[in-house]
Amino acid sequence: MPDAKNVERAVTTAPIALKLTAKDFKSDQEVRWCPGCGDYAILAAVQAFMPELGIPRERIVFVSGIGCSSRFPYYMDTYGMHSIHGRAPAIATGLSTTRPDLSVWVVTGDGDALSIGGNHLIHALRRNVNLKILLFNNRIYGLTKGQYSPTSELGKVTKSTPAGSADSPFNPISLALGAEATFVARTIDSDRKHLQSVLRAAAGHRGSAFVEIYQNCNIFNDGAFDALKEPATRDDFTIRLEHGNPITFGRNAEWCVIHPPGGFGLEVRRTAEVEPHEIVTHDRTVAEPAYAFALSRLPGEDLRHSPIGVFRAVDRPSYDDLVRGQVAAARARLTGSPEEELTKLLNSGDTWTIM
Amino acid sequence: MTKQVRQLDRVVIRFAGDSGDGMQLTGDRFTSETAQLGNDISTLPNFPAEIRAPAGTLPGVSSFQVHFADFDILTPGDAPHVLVAMNPAALKANLGDLPRGATIILNTDEFTNRNLAKVGYAANPLDDGSLDGYAVHPVALTSMTVKALDGQAISKKDAERAKNMFALGLLSWLYSRPHESTLAFLERKFAARPELVTANVTAFKAGWAFGETTEGFAVRYEVKPARQQPGNYRNITGNTALALGLVAAGVRSGLPVFLGAYPITPASDILHELSKHKKFGVTTMQAEDEIAAVGATLGASYGGALGVTSTSGPGVALKGETISLAVALELPLIVVDVQRAGPSTGMPTKTEQADLQMALFGRHGEAPVAVVAPRSPADCFDAAIEAARIALTYRTPVLLLSDGYLANGSEPWLLPDVTGLPDLRVEFASEPNSPDGFMPYLRDPATLARPWAIPGTPGLEHRIGGLEKADITGDISYDPTNHDFMVRTRAARIEAIQVPDLEVEDPDQTARVLVLGWGSTYGPIGAACRALRQRGLPIAQAHLRHLAPMPRNVDDVLRRYDRVVIPEMNLGQLAQVIRARYLVDAIAYNQVRGLPFTASELEFMLEELVKNA
Ligand code: SF4
Repeated sequence: MPDAKNVERAVTTAPIALKLTAKDFKSDQEVRWCPGCGDYAILAAVQAFMPELGIPRERIVFVSGIGCSSRFPYYMDTYGMHSIHGRAPAIATGLSTTRPDLSVWVVTGDGDALSIGGNHLIHALRRNVNLKILLFNNRIYGLTKGQYSPTSELGKVTKSTPAGSADSPFNPISLALGAEATFVARTIDSDRKHLQSVLRAAAGHRGSAFVEIYQNCNIFNDGAFDALKEPATRDDFTIRLEHGNPITFGRNAEWCVIHPPGGFGLEVRRTAEVEPHEIVTHDRTVAEPAYAFALSRLPGEDLRHSPIGVFRAVDRPSYDDLVRGQVAAARARLTGSPEEELTKLLNSGDTWTIM
Repeated sequence: MTKQVRQLDRVVIRFAGDSGDGMQLTGDRFTSETAQLGNDISTLPNFPAEIRAPAGTLPGVSSFQVHFADFDILTPGDAPHVLVAMNPAALKANLGDLPRGATIILNTDEFTNRNLAKVGYAANPLDDGSLDGYAVHPVALTSMTVKALDGQAISKKDAERAKNMFALGLLSWLYSRPHESTLAFLERKFAARPELVTANVTAFKAGWAFGETTEGFAVRYEVKPARQQPGNYRNITGNTALALGLVAAGVRSGLPVFLGAYPITPASDILHELSKHKKFGVTTMQAEDEIAAVGATLGASYGGALGVTSTSGPGVALKGETISLAVALELPLIVVDVQRAGPSTGMPTKTEQADLQMALFGRHGEAPVAVVAPRSPADCFDAAIEAARIALTYRTPVLLLSDGYLANGSEPWLLPDVTGLPDLRVEFASEPNSPDGFMPYLRDPATLARPWAIPGTPGLEHRIGGLEKADITGDISYDPTNHDFMVRTRAARIEAIQVPDLEVEDPDQTARVLVLGWGSTYGPIGAACRALRQRGLPIAQAHLRHLAPMPRNVDDVLRRYDRVVIPEMNLGQLAQVIRARYLVDAIAYNQVRGLPFTASELEFMLEELVKNA
């Protein structure tokens, strides 16, 4: 074995000609989600997208918590860690901070990220750690067999809430924006093209990229997002955000989003009833999170007017870049060998000599 | 005026005052002067629980005790020979610890009716005869300081604040301490405000001159240097030594050190210290909570760093689930627990050893880890390196059990030769370890450690996790036989760790009683044993550094003695383990007062045992 004295030496950093395909990202493990689960579609979309990254497999790491979605790393032939409930963002933060050469992805669910791990999620986002966080939101607890989750609608009847749940749900996009996440997006398991376009944007972002993926749990919460998928409703219910374009939707763009004068937020109107200049042009680079937040508040309880796409993508220094910068600056001041410097350090302060 | 000089072999001084009186600084400076002189020293600060308790009240009293001698000492001393009390609260809070005949130096300026009433003195103890049994020196410290600084361009408040330097000058004269280092220190400390350098230096010199000229102090004392091993020394606290040990472990392993921590008393100084040493490749992260701190640390370990998280008992409780994950992942992880009095918030500034069983057993499932405990402040350096050796060699979490007494106490430290420190270099896996590809749970037969295959290594892509893994392949497994095997293997892994034998100090080989200890009780136990031997009573002492695994010869050692006694600052946690493991009828001697044992109480207890053995 070569002498792998330290991290830098163990890890090959020479560029490698990559000819990877989706197949290269499939591990030898049998996929164990329920037949028909939305997770399959997401896995296939991610595996097919990975070669686009142009990053060798050994430099990609998937870290997950606990829940159905958190099985994800087992199925990716990259490095991976299936950790404990809610803690993936924390674990990934330590990894990302010490290993800038890696592309670190967090896979989590609504219970994992927003309930038990809520604290780690918001702090990872505020720090803007270089992480791609994929939150599979199925609005239910699947692995523990059907309790309501922090994104379940108020009044949800489940095994643990036979009389209906009494707590209001989180809106994950609003929450991420409240934490001033620099990249916030939403997509849907069944729309592979859209999902991959969001992954592409997330992968290109420096800092934390938060992606909510609406995912169907066909066993415990089937059809939760049908309104956004069924031909009869999807066009009127889904707002596809496109940077630089006026926000219109509906089969014939008959709906649009405006900022009513004097109001705080955004509202949906009939396109025919407003002046074209009144229609909001989507700009994901708006520094103030209030704009993206207003977008996140458009949907009603029935998911009508759900924006999908990239809500916000702004530049802010990432935690790990700053921390490594401090360490690198200090290291640059090192004059002797580490052993010599250590000797100096131990001998600093008030010392005395006994002959 | 030349005064009589008397030789002493040892002295214990306690500086006590209001939190704002600068007693920690005064004690620190006195200690430094004393160290320069070559006395052996041991110190113990005592901080008030509140950050800013109202001035002049009992909860606001802060003190610093220093024990120095012309011989090798092991503790900060049981009872002070000298108490410096800067106000009535300091007198009241500390008088109970003073033996009759002790010297008390009082700041009379603070003994006003108002201040006396604040702490419930009905009459002034200076006049009511209650201090008759002591050698009392009333000194107008504040007003003399202000007078000495008359004409200097500083505020009245700054002038009054310099009274601690007046007191230090007086004590430095009284015990014939060299003062050059204090003057140099004041130059450094107040470099930005030269007027304060002048003021504090003047106050110090005024205190010294006062001692020389006053009738009040007829005798001056000397304590000759102790015979110490030749070499370079510095005075060090346990927390600083522990942090430097981690820096050294980073240098000797060639790995970047990552410390994830959340502020908690009394462990925060480890975070503070390590955050200063970035040039050694040390990254510190103040996490959002204790769980994130250990999580980020484990993530860094996974990536090939030397991962450390530092905390106190409440934090270890929160980290438990992640430590169990590290047990399952078989990755190196150091968890520093600077123990404090519990349960719950307990007494954060007070010491205790009550986390031992939590360290050994306090996790869900069978989740064995290695446990190491330092015995003295300077020993925290070596114990940190030992924890790193075990974590890196055996790829396991290691609990490093310090405590509040070690963390804040100090002693002289013989500086080690860096090149003589253990070589901690590790080998990361770099190629598949079997014809069928990479097997993440194929073990090294000698250490039972699995390969440390860090992300970024081509060809070794693999998945690990908290679910039970099949032996060798690491694939998820619910197989009953495999689980039984893996549980036993994880236990065997810890037992396979090579640790040095337990050493026994039994100079005449005639002892029938063995005192067994662990952690910070080493000092008082050692001092008590010495005192007994000096009086012709034979006693043996052994001290465990490794609590898991225990040295192989423990059984042997225990069986050599008629009686085994285990003093601990808990309700018998080691005693219970020893009794269960070795079927030895060990006697537990316990105290949980938030304070270290005194040598004399242990001597008293042990004397009874030795005489009746
Ligand atoms: S329970 Fe629901 S989320 Fe979990 S695997 Fe089955 S369908 Fe998917």
